[in-house]
Amino acid sequence: MEKIPILKMGEFLLVTIQVDMHDRLAMALQDDLTKTISQTDARGVLIDISTLEIVDSFIGRMLSNIAAMSRVLDAETVVVGMQPAVAITLVELGLSLPGVRTALNVDAGMELLRASVNANKEMYGSRLH
Amino acid sequence: MAVVSTESVPIKSEPDVVAVRRRVREVSAQLGLSLVDQTKIITAASELARNTIIYGGGGAMQVETLNGPRVGLRLTFEDHGPGIPDIELALRDGFTTGSGLGLGLGGSKRLVNEFDIVSRPGEGTRITITRWK
Repeated sequence: MEKIPILKMGEFLLVTIQVDMHDRLAMALQDDLTKTISQTDARGVLIDISTLEIVDSFIGRMLSNIAAMSRVLDAETVVVGMQPAVAITLVELGLSLPGVRTALNVDAGMELLRASVNANKEMYGSRLH
Repeated sequence: MAVVSTESVPIKSEPDVVAVRRRVREVSAQLGLSLVDQTKIITAASELARNTIIYGGGGAMQVETLNGPRVGLRLTFEDHGPGIPDIELALRDGFTTGSGLGLGLGGSKRLVNEFDIVSRPGEGTRITITRWK
């Protein structure tokens, strides 16, 4: 079965969704990401959805789930690159992606991740484990 | 109202949702809908196609391009599943009998210009949506 690759970059994980997101693939990504976060001790996840033509309620729920699960695993999630037409549609559909942090592009998203991970380190010191 | 072309796309299993999205994108682009309008009707189609599978046990989408006096795209989702006992309740945001978010029906209604739903318990459901250019 096709898979969405997860790249490790320092303490962050990078996911670029470049295929038509069918439901089973979305579920698999959710599982793969949580596994990879715990295996690699990642502090942040960046999900690039700039090539996604639509985000419906299923994909939206997946993004919210990933953000919630990674938070529980002590990692931040930032979703970047949402197309304006997708954003307009998403809000009219009634979905505001609660709990999901967003940034306009990969650069801004990486900056946001670094800043929030650094802020956490300052506040709580380095990780206990 | 003149129907220019009509075709049927089967919705039997989950990968068909992607096929539905693809076909709606192609047709709405050919009709010259704006990118936002294309995105809206594709998203609505995605929600309704998924409902057709999950709640209707599968069915089909009818695609009609309209021309005269207005240009538009009309999609009809039909299944022969158990039907919706209370349509008003089903249209309410947050209501679901499944495990989703309960945004599919009400949300897709907001994304199109016309929305029509006919459902009879035990016979099935037919939902028609139209987006005008």
